Amino acid sequence: MGEKRTVSLVVNGTAYEESVETRLTLADFLRHQLGLTGTHLGCEHGVCGACTVLVDGLSVRACLMLAVQAGGADITTVEGIAPSKDRLHPLQEAFRDNHGLQCGFCTPGMLTTLLEFLRNNPSPSEGEVREAISGNLCRCTGYQGIIDAALDAAERLRGQDATARPHGGESP
Amino acid sequence: MKPPPFTYHDPATVTEAIGLLASLDNAKLLAGGQSLMPMLNMRYAQPDHVIDLNRVEGLSAIREAGDGLEIGAMTRQREVEFSDDVERLCPLLHEAMPLVGHRQTRNRGTFGGSLAHFDSSAEIPTVCAALDAIVRVQGPGGARDIAFKDFAAGYLSTSMGLDEVLLSVQLPAWGAGHGFGFEEFARRHGDFAIVSAAALLEAGPDGRITRASLTLGGIGSAPLRMAPAEAALVGAPGSAETFAAAAETCRGIDALEDIHAPAVYRQHLAVVLSRRALEKAWSRMDADKGG
Repeated sequence: MGEKRTVSLVVNGTAYEESVETRLTLADFLRHQLGLTGTHLGCEHGVCGACTVLVDGLSVRACLMLAVQAGGADITTVEGIAPSKDRLHPLQEAFRDNHGLQCGFCTPGMLTTLLEFLRNNPSPSEGEVREAISGNLCRCTGYQGIIDAALDAAERLRGQDATARPHGGESP
Repeated sequence: MKPPPFTYHDPATVTEAIGLLASLDNAKLLAGGQSLMPMLNMRYAQPDHVIDLNRVEGLSAIREAGDGLEIGAMTRQREVEFSDDVERLCPLLHEAMPLVGHRQTRNRGTFGGSLAHFDSSAEIPTVCAALDAIVRVQGPGGARDIAFKDFAAGYLSTSMGLDEVLLSVQLPAWGAGHGFGFEEFARRHGDFAIVSAAALLEAGPDGRITRASLTLGGIGSAPLRMAPAEAALVGAPGSAETFAAAAETCRGIDALEDIHAPAVYRQHLAVVLSRRALEKAWSRMDADKGG
């Protein structure tokens, strides 16, 4: 058994105090210790973007961070995006309406990445969206549905009160 | 995949970090983790001790210093990307930053981490070579400055001592109105460049180039300053012929050959991207400011 430490952090609005092995990645911590399996692991070396979560509002690859480094952080995973159990976030609705997902493996990373991006850039061009998701691999959609969904979501979010968006995140 | 077991240290000061580095065997510094974490996950790196710099005070700042900028080693790449001071004083760096990895890796990755890892196709080392950066490091014996031309020690290795910590980087600014251009070719936006080119130009009122810097990344074991091209540029008029001739001198480089591209392909890119970077730099010169 490896060295352990205690970390206190907030995940999707819930405070946790957990003992973690120091070599445990944040991604494995979320999935195995907290049971939040919505964060997917594709490559586990920072290429595919499937494990992207928001750490203090910024999109981060959870496979490239240790759980012990997340002490004091406020984390949002895909499970924390929707405003309630029976309502989807406008970005999720836009993905459903525009065929932005097929198998769904890349979707959690796409959603968390785009959530941060659209907060910084509420009126992006198609090119800017393509660049924003350049670090997220999708093997089903050919990306077109995802681009359409992101542009549609931007429009929906522009029509919404900014304070109604999920917690966390500051503009640069 | 999991990192191999290690003992984790999270010092609060630089002195403490250096003390750990000097006293522990097989220890590795962890900055933003965007290079070291993949190496740990794949177990290319198997350190007995990981010294996390993320809680060390005072290593994260962007400030004006002398005639340029000083960037702290633990400054996140995102902060450099969105810094007004960087855009104003080091526009070349501002142009290159969005090409450094992806949004998610720039949110976590650090300026100094990229330099210490020293991948020759990474943008930050290439820009530092173009600007003649000065790297400040500190070890048990005190701090010292390393001129960037002396920083490279080979592929993925620098002239920093095993017990030294990178503190900050000084980037001397070029004259107001200077021209700059950064060009790269990668298979996917944000991937390591197969070849990149960074160009800086200043000119006199007669339209002749007075100062030139041309650097190629991704082609050798470290970013390469192209001295023959720079010599051909200074004193010449800024024209398509001048830039084409200067770029052509890059064809003879002893280029890397790997799974991504054969050497001859990189040599071709070196010529094309050098020319584009120089032309872009020239088109951005502000003659009114003497650039």
